[in-house]
This record gives sequence, C-alpha cells and structure tokens, in this order.
Amino acid sequence: MKSVHVDAVGLAGPGMASWQDSLAVLADEGAYRAGESPRCASKLLPANERRRVSATVRLALQVAEEAMAQSSLDIDSVCSVFATCHGDTEIVNRICVALTEPEHPVSPTQFHNSVHNAAAGYWAIAAHSPMPSTTVCAYHASFVAGLMEAVAQLQVEARPVLLVAYDYPAPDPLAASVGAFAPFAVAMVLSPDATPRSTRLRIATVSGQPVQGMNCGELERLRVSNPAACGLPLLRVLATGASGRVILPHVNGLQLAVDVETG
Amino acid sequence: MMPTEPLMISACTLVNALGRGTRACFDALEEARGGLRPCDFEDADLDTWIGRVDGLEDEPVIAELASFDCRNNRLAQLGLRQDGFLDHVAEVRARHGAVRIGVFIGTSTSGALQTELAYRHRDPVTGALPADFSYFGTQNAMSVAEFTRRFLSLDGPVMSVSTACSSSAKAFASAYRHIKAGLCDAAVVGGVDSLCFSTLYGFSSLGLVSDRPCRPWDAERSGMNIGEGAGFALLEKSNGGEAGVALLGYGESSDAYHMSSPHPEGAGAAAAMKSALAMAGVTADAIDYINLHGTGTRANDASEDRAVMKVFGGGTPCSATKGWTGHTLGAAGITELLFALGSIERGFIPGTLNSERLDPALSARVLFRNRAAPVRCVLSNAFGFGGSNCSLVLGAVS
Repeated sequence: MKSVHVDAVGLAGPGMASWQDSLAVLADEGAYRAGESPRCASKLLPANERRRVSATVRLALQVAEEAMAQSSLDIDSVCSVFATCHGDTEIVNRICVALTEPEHPVSPTQFHNSVHNAAAGYWAIAAHSPMPSTTVCAYHASFVAGLMEAVAQLQVEARPVLLVAYDYPAPDPLAASVGAFAPFAVAMVLSPDATPRSTRLRIATVSGQPVQGMNCGELERLRVSNPAACGLPLLRVLATGASGRVILPHVNGLQLAVDVETG
Repeated sequence: MMPTEPLMISACTLVNALGRGTRACFDALEEARGGLRPCDFEDADLDTWIGRVDGLEDEPVIAELASFDCRNNRLAQLGLRQDGFLDHVAEVRARHGAVRIGVFIGTSTSGALQTELAYRHRDPVTGALPADFSYFGTQNAMSVAEFTRRFLSLDGPVMSVSTACSSSAKAFASAYRHIKAGLCDAAVVGGVDSLCFSTLYGFSSLGLVSDRPCRPWDAERSGMNIGEGAGFALLEKSNGGEAGVALLGYGESSDAYHMSSPHPEGAGAAAAMKSALAMAGVTADAIDYINLHGTGTRANDASEDRAVMKVFGGGTPCSATKGWTGHTLGAAGITELLFALGSIERGFIPGTLNSERLDPALSARVLFRNRAAPVRCVLSNAFGFGGSNCSLVLGAVS
C-alpha cells in the first residue's frame, strides 16, 4: 500500500471548463450536461511557442497550468508524468498526408511536434522547469499507467509529481480506427507529504475487483471512450470530499485500488 | 538522491544493423565493422545512409498476434528471439509469477510505417483507410509494449515510454522505480524503433541527416543517419552474491529550451549526468567510459561536449557508436547502454567509427579508434526532442 497526497487538480472536458467548474456535476451527476468542449489555451507559454502548438498540447497545458496555479508547490520544483494514449493524431494525419504527396513535404515544425512527449516538452518550456519529465502510454489505461509511474516516482524519489493525462479526438480518416470521443484532460499535483489542503490516497495493485462506472450515461461514455477519462470515478470521490475506494482497471486484468482518505 | 541498491541486468539481447544478438553486435564493434548502407528503404528517395535490419520483410509476427504485425513488432520479435532471452524470461516468470513482472518499452514511432502505408491506399471516394489497418496493433505508441507483454506471457504493469530519442533509457528509470516501489519484482525493459518515412523525411526536413555515414565529433560532421534496432534487458533485484553488471543509477532532466534544438551549453544534459552519478554513488572519476548520445549533428555534439566537459572535464574516455548502427531513435538508449555493457564484459572501449579529424572546437576526450582497457563503470547518454535527457550508469559488481 503506497500513500500519496493530492495537492491540487486541473480538469477540462465537455461541459467542464475547470476542476472548480466540474465539482458540482461530479458530485451530483444528475446535473451533468455535456455541452461544449472548452477552448483551451496556455497562459504560460511564450507567444512565439504558443503559435506552434496544437489543440492537443493546449488541452494538456491548460489543465497542467490550472493544477499548478491551485498548488502550494513551486511550479519549477515538480517532476512531471504525461500520459496519453493517442498523442497528437492531428499531426500524425498531416504528416501521413504530406508523405503521399510528391516531394514528401513534411513540415519540420510538425515533425518535431509529432513526438509523443510534445506536450511534456512544451510544459518544460512554459514552466521553465528543468525537472525530469516522462510520457507514457498504455492504451485505455494510460491514466492508470501514468498514476502508477507517478506513485513509483513519489515512493522512490520522494519529490512532488505533476500527473497530466490528456487525449484529444482524432481527425478523419484516423477517427474510424481510433474511435470517437470528446476531448478530456486531467492534471493532479501529487506530493509525498501532506500539504495544507491535500487529500491522502492509498494505492495498491489488486485483481478481480468490480470496477465502478459513472452513473450518468454521458459521463460513462466519456470514461470508456477517452483514455484520459478512465480516472473519472476517482475524480468523483475527490469532488465529493468524502472517503471512498475506487478500482481502476489496467490493460491486462491488473487493477489499481485507490482509497481516498479525508479528515 | 542517496545512492540506492543497484538492480542486476541478468539477461539482454540486441538486434540492429550490426546483426542479430549481442555477440554479433559486440563482434562488429570490436572489429570496427559498421552496419550502415546507402538508403535502400522501400521507395524512399533520400541521399543518405541508413542502419537497416535485414530480413524483417520475411518474418511476420506469430499468428496469435497477427493484429500486431508491422515492421516495428517484427523487429521486437526478432530481438526477443536472440541470446536465449525467452528462456531467461521463462525462468524469471517461473520464479516470480507473470503478474509480478513488468514490461517497460521505449519507442518513438512504434508502428507508424503501417499508417504511412495505409494512407497510400485510402479509398478514392471516401478517403477511408483500408479495412485491415490495425491502429491499436501498430500505430499506437503502446502497440510494441503490449506485443512484447503478450509474446512473453507476462501480466505485470505494462507501459510504453515515449519520449523521442531518450525513450528506452527512460524505460530503465521507470522499470527501476516500479521494482523499488514494490509494484513488480522484475522487469523486461526494452527499446524498439524501426525505419519509417516520417522519421526519414522528418529529420531530413530539419536538415539533420547526412549524405554519408555519420561522423560524430569530426570537424566535418554533417548530420545523422537513421537506423533501426531492438534491445531488451531483464532487470532484477540482486540475490546478494552474484557477479554481473548492474544498473547503478539514472539521471533525468528537461532542457526547457526548444523542441528540437539542444540547449547550447548542454545544461540539461549535464544535470542528467550529474544526477545519474549521484544516484550511483560514484564520482566522475569512477567512470571508465562514456557512451555519448553523439548523433553527429553539429548542434547536438557541441551541446553534449560542453555538458561532458562541465561534469567530467577532458579526461574521461568517450565515444559515439552511431557510426556503426545509425541513430536507432527510441531504441538508442538501450542499444548503447548494452554496447557499454559489452565494453565492460569484453574489456575494450569502442571508438567513433567514420570520424577522422577531431573538431578543434570540441574538448571532450573522444576516442576515434577502439582501445583495449579494463572497464568497470560506464555512463551512457540519450537525449531527445522535447528536451528530454536521460543518463544511465552501469557497473560491474562482484
């Protein structure tokens, strides 16, 4: 059983512009209306870099910036773990189209933005942070793999970690293979020690436990379709401010049991 | 960070342009036989050299995993079948149980080639990709990690680490942490990246590929060559007595500078090396050999040179081995870490193939020719786009 502390959260998804904005609907799902996806932006990225970033990177940076703005920790003192299943499919699409054209005109900027760690690279620039950062993928359990990596870092290196999970819908023709979903991202500032407003999580690997879904059909669709949203049941417990246990499935029968402890 | 107990590398395997298996690779290094050739990959029309692995076209993945069939997973499969690696994994699986063995695979482009080829065959009316295109089995970054996990029948924590050219070095760091945190007892760490058009034309669009075999640290160096490769290692706790080679430390940092250009003073690279040494509990003078990231581009080598000078001064022997294999991108971290392991096992320091005249603007002690020397402790660098830096320290333990 590993113990970590959630110091702050950032969130963006359909009908949820921020963590604060989502608290009411996560605590009372009956009030949820999917509505528009938020228009995301980075406030911290220098203007010359801001022009180059895609909607996917803006989604990741918005929740990372929101979480750090709410955090009691210094922005350049936290390590980061980015988790995304699909990366930037808009850029994959553009490069693959360019490769079918004569002369194969791949844009240098799009090429360097095509790496799976593009959001992490822009985050380091935005936050002026030299701290270690990694980017992981585990299909629809990418948030779970990111959380495990963050927990492992907290246990072994005893430094705070910013976990950012994000996935943005794919354009045609990739969408038919990737699957349709709404954009969603969540960021959690995790600390090895309690902070003034933190909530304690105890985390263990288990198997064969029943997995909770969301009650509201639209939130449940989001949970199962967007890999970054597979932690919604955990976010629901955090939003209510109560204690509780959630089971988050990994890809292969392995599960994470997360106990949220308040008070 | 305080020095902590090292983890043993109890088995390993490699496939790249030098051949199949660690022995073929270490022999080629020792005999100064390179694996690069003029670009003959599919119909790519580029004036450059590449490090290609022969035979992948004829060796599909096993039928049970057919939806994963693509060049990248074929390369993974070929790697897993060398060096008796499957037997070593079976032995560890029997000892710990499948659920207690993690799989951590670094890749930059996974099965991207499959998507590139699918785009050539879009439906002329609807634009749809061919019906047999398997996105999750090929293009997705997780494909190679899940393929590896299933091929090895393992059930522990599994993830792809995808941080461009530092990916498989950072996979070692993630595996180390998962074992130390008790999330698994042992780990298969890997790195697999294969030739595709995105990287060939993409690095070309950045003006970073050379029209001849790359020459790291040479005054006339003119860029890199793209290669492909697979490497795997078994990482385990020491049982207390055995001799072998252990991962002593890792160091990671972010440049926070630019997406594709390294920090000109190598600040991030220096930070990664320093923290790897600190974790290993050794000082700079304990390192017998540095396997440089050494891509052969003007900016990368200059930046890394400054970083090495900052941490080590000009006394520590260094070399770059990409002149043998090309830059295997996400597989470079493990490929070159295992070259460094070969250096310990065989008692020689590889030179820097193809390089002839040391750039007078660079100061690190870079060897151009192979040298016999006892090697006990090595540091290997891997740096990637997004300013992602990782250094690993390996050491002989007895």
